[in-house]
Amino acid sequence: MTTIEIRNCEDALRHLAAHIDRELDAPVREQIEGHLATCRSCYSRAEFESGLKARLGALGQESVRPALADRVQTLIRRFTVAGGE
Amino acid sequence: MSTEADRTWFAEQIEGLLSRLYGRALRLCRDRDQAEDLVADSVAKAWEGLPSLEDRQAFRGWVFRILNNTFVSTCRTARWKAEHEPLDTAAGEFSLFERLHAPILLWWSNPEKDFLNRLLRADLERAIDGLPIVFREVVVLVDVQGLAYQEVADVLDVPIGTVRSRLARGRGLLQEALWRYGAEAGLTRTGEGEGS
Repeated sequence: MTTIEIRNCEDALRHLAAHIDRELDAPVREQIEGHLATCRSCYSRAEFESGLKARLGALGQESVRPALADRVQTLIRRFTVAGGE
Repeated sequence: MSTEADRTWFAEQIEGLLSRLYGRALRLCRDRDQAEDLVADSVAKAWEGLPSLEDRQAFRGWVFRILNNTFVSTCRTARWKAEHEPLDTAAGEFSLFERLHAPILLWWSNPEKDFLNRLLRADLERAIDGLPIVFREVVVLVDVQGLAYQEVADVLDVPIGTVRSRLARGRGLLQEALWRYGAEAGLTRTGEGEGS
């Protein structure tokens, strides 16, 4: 189905971001993995970009101010339920 | 209509997800008060929609979708228009790795890894928060929230190709900002300052 061929570093780097984002189909993914297994420079780049993505992923969690926790709890307590008022 | 047992279950789920809901809202809104409003609005919408959620195992992804959709339909509208920058503004591809990588040092040094390890959370937050909103929302949805490109396209109602191009541009701008912050903090090698 796919016509993408990973023949060199340029090809691999063009698709590296999509590879790290798990957006590639299996045939392309396998080609990239094959390249990364033999190219130290591209492997280092993949390791760096993956590390940066992991650090960004950690930003998705934040300490919640008590006022927000209270606000949400109060909100939920006020929700109407079956059999309630 | 939902029952008292549903409410108890819902409260437990929201409590467990609150720091993540808030963290993601904050990265999208950049403003603590707006992020809190977004979380509260999303919780209310999730409760209203709960009877329509057939698989409760899917609650987590479902409630984050509600958060994103609420952001797009409310918080994003005014600001997006105000901050929207043309996609063809000059900002070339920037690779932090290419700036930092030194093949000759490969066997006994790893400057790009050292750089990454020494970046502060505040540096990353500042870099994301400084992105124009059209790029920030895509970077947040893909890199912070871990959404697939098609999911982002659905949330933002844009073609998947637009997601790819905005993501590439956004990541380039983000890495350029991190390079500047790193240079300011002395994390880059002498003589490799901004613009080299």
